[in-house]
Amino acid sequence: MKDHVERPGDAGTPLLSMRGISVAYGALRANDGIDLDVGAGEVQALLGENGAGKTTLMKALVGLAPIEGGSIEFDGKDISDISPLVARNAGIGMVHQHFMLIPTLTVAQNLCIGLRSEGYPFPNYRKITAKISGLSERYALKVDPSARVADLSVGEQQRVEIIKALYRGARLLVLDEPTSVLIPQEIEGLFEIIRNLSAQGTAVIFISHKLNEVMSISRNITILRRGKVAATRRTSETSAKELARLMVGYEMGDLPAAPAISESSPPVARIEGLRFVDSRKVKKLNGVDIEVRAGEIHGIAGVDGNGQVELARILAGILAASSGTIWLDGKDITRLDVARRIRSGLSYIPGDRQRTGLVMDLSVRDNMTLKLSDRPPYAVHGFLDFGKIRAMVEESIRDYNIDCADSGQEARTLSGGNQQKLVLSRELRSDPRLIVAVQPTQGLDISATNYVHSMLLERQRKGCAILLISTELDEVLSLSNRISVMYEGRLMGTFDRDSADRETIGLLMAGKQHA
Amino acid sequence: MREAGAKPARPLGAERKLKISKGLRADFLSSFIAFALALVIGAAIIAAMGKDPLKAYAALLDGAVGNRNSLAETFLRAIPLSLAGIGVAIAFRAGAFNVGAEGQLFIGAMASAWVGLSFPSLPPILLLPLMGLTAMVAGGLWAGIAGALKAWMNASEMINTIMLNYIAVFLVSFLVHGPLQDPSSPLGQTARLPRAAYLPIMLPGTRLHGGLVLAVAAALLASLFLWRSAWGFRIRVVGKNTFAAQASGMRVNGVMVSALVVSGMLAGLAGFCEAAGVQHRMIENISPGYGYTAIVVALLGQTNPIGVFAAAVLFAALQIGASTMESAVGVPSSVITVIQYLVVLLLIGRGAFDLIRGKVMALSRREKG
Repeated sequence: MKDHVERPGDAGTPLLSMRGISVAYGALRANDGIDLDVGAGEVQALLGENGAGKTTLMKALVGLAPIEGGSIEFDGKDISDISPLVARNAGIGMVHQHFMLIPTLTVAQNLCIGLRSEGYPFPNYRKITAKISGLSERYALKVDPSARVADLSVGEQQRVEIIKALYRGARLLVLDEPTSVLIPQEIEGLFEIIRNLSAQGTAVIFISHKLNEVMSISRNITILRRGKVAATRRTSETSAKELARLMVGYEMGDLPAAPAISESSPPVARIEGLRFVDSRKVKKLNGVDIEVRAGEIHGIAGVDGNGQVELARILAGILAASSGTIWLDGKDITRLDVARRIRSGLSYIPGDRQRTGLVMDLSVRDNMTLKLSDRPPYAVHGFLDFGKIRAMVEESIRDYNIDCADSGQEARTLSGGNQQKLVLSRELRSDPRLIVAVQPTQGLDISATNYVHSMLLERQRKGCAILLISTELDEVLSLSNRISVMYEGRLMGTFDRDSADRETIGLLMAGKQHA
Repeated sequence: MREAGAKPARPLGAERKLKISKGLRADFLSSFIAFALALVIGAAIIAAMGKDPLKAYAALLDGAVGNRNSLAETFLRAIPLSLAGIGVAIAFRAGAFNVGAEGQLFIGAMASAWVGLSFPSLPPILLLPLMGLTAMVAGGLWAGIAGALKAWMNASEMINTIMLNYIAVFLVSFLVHGPLQDPSSPLGQTARLPRAAYLPIMLPGTRLHGGLVLAVAAALLASLFLWRSAWGFRIRVVGKNTFAAQASGMRVNGVMVSALVVSGMLAGLAGFCEAAGVQHRMIENISPGYGYTAIVVALLGQTNPIGVFAAAVLFAALQIGASTMESAVGVPSSVITVIQYLVVLLLIGRGAFDLIRGKVMALSRREKG
């Protein structure tokens, strides 16, 4: 690892200087008078909870957000009247959280989209390929120019995005949550690339809400909270603990440790030989066996897209397995429909809460009633009893501390955390035997995440079996009693929490057996 | 941590509450604006013909509600429009587009006329409900075909209901020219229904019949159904989000088919009202496109049964007043058709309007900043 080298730009005028940037979406002030300086060749971290305004600020920088006020200066030039084209020409490139690549085209084809200079209407691919190879070598960014983007791994696609920005002459590279899609080994590779870029004079703005990453890669850290700058720190002069406090506004408590489960606790759910072939004949699940005991949180770790979503949907009854058996409390529920599974004691917290978890256009009340419209006392003789429903809804809003004006408020207008609390209140109300939770804290800020975790742990203490499917390795490691790693529709191994180590799990997530 | 999150948001929440009730009102306001704008554009068209738009509209109003008879005619016309319109609205609520109200109306009218002709000796108290029920069952089954095709074969109900319209119209045409034709007439119609099969007249001296009670009842019951019953709740959930509905244990296909069937039942009832209340027999062209106008009426009424009833009365008034306008001022009644469909365009175009307004606001903000 190279140390940060002092560069002339450090002392004098910075490469980028944003002053008093304000961005509003309707009534929401996403950015409120933010200042940010980045020196040439510096790695500047932008830290903050979800919704703190990090992505908005960067979108403002590349001309994708409506700037209300403030000024931007880059390399001594005023570029306050920013647009995507102005940003590109100035030398600012951004790698978005969701990649902006066309999967059916090759790397070289993707790179020259929108660049008439590379030959128009027929791009000169030889020249492009040569240029890519040059960049590849210079920054140790391995990329095959003739590969189809669809055939590349997520990590490789990210490298293509970085090269795309460099190709367009970026001297400042914005990486928006670049590690959220990577496995641990890929993250180390990305950090190596960032260090290379920095050493050769390219400034990097690194957006993250993960403290350890920010601590290990950045030189300066700007912490955003609720659209404002909470603090700016030198990485060498701060600690993860201080950063967490600045980010959230209070000291975080440690997660309560999950109590150990005894070998004798009875299995609640048993999944045997589950296979699933999708409509395009792709094998998504290749014989999955899992046992979840009473009072156990069984974590499924894995990189997104390795069959976790299919597994959850099959358990919930939304998707039919090609073969295999699902037992719940000794009962075969493989052939039961969703409603009967719910009655058998299954709860499902889907990963896409805005689509499967909630009806965004309906009220808080209606969303809490979703599973009760055939159940007394909430529905009697086919009619809803609004007195009973109102009492239930008010109790849930109170118990789960859901922040809404009243129960008639549309789910759409709630914050992400409150939306998830709404889902939890509905799914936990029925005292389930088995909870299938998929990415239960995705997109939530730290306090909402803690809340969701504490609710799951409370259920676990009460003897509920929980299958926790998450791509956040930290989440799986800190909550689960046992951890299984999923790769290409198979379980690569199952560990007790005490015997699980990050490196082994990381290798299994990448599909490599013990090295 | 809870206090920190909750406190600043309370006053915000109060604002939100206001906004939501405003949102509901905004729906009806947009209907009103669309209608008013259509009238303005209609006035421009009339003016372009060299006629006086004010005079034309005065004649229109007079023809629609000017006297007891025209008022009765307006409400008479509103009966099939509102019944079929409420049906279309219920299907919309479930996320299904029922373009087949016309065919369902034809099938319902035919079925009820057949019952009326088959049991001429029954007293009205038995015969009329029997005819109405038959019409609803027939219309419901007809819509159910499209529903079943959607549920089991994932075939678009929009296409299938349109196709079923043709089948229904030609089937009825075959019947009234063939097996069920009035032997004493060369026209495509059945024999006259027995007296017992006539819907009673509500306003003596006019044609306004008891179907109006059915239409009002349908509007009230449909509101009750949609917002109070568990089934109506499921319909609204499925219409908004099938994924969430499925995950919470609802039978999405069953709910959608049921909404289409209810939709067809109401259209069938509209057919019964036309056969038993207006024509007193089944005729080949029993509907001048009520089933299609019903779609517009459902949209204009914001798929709210009460709103749909109001929109039906409005459209009926336009149609009834149009002929008076034509004879009094010389403006062709097709101008009214233009206005009717301008309403649709303007309602659909509301999204574009919001878009433009957003852009303009963003621009003016930038200039200020």
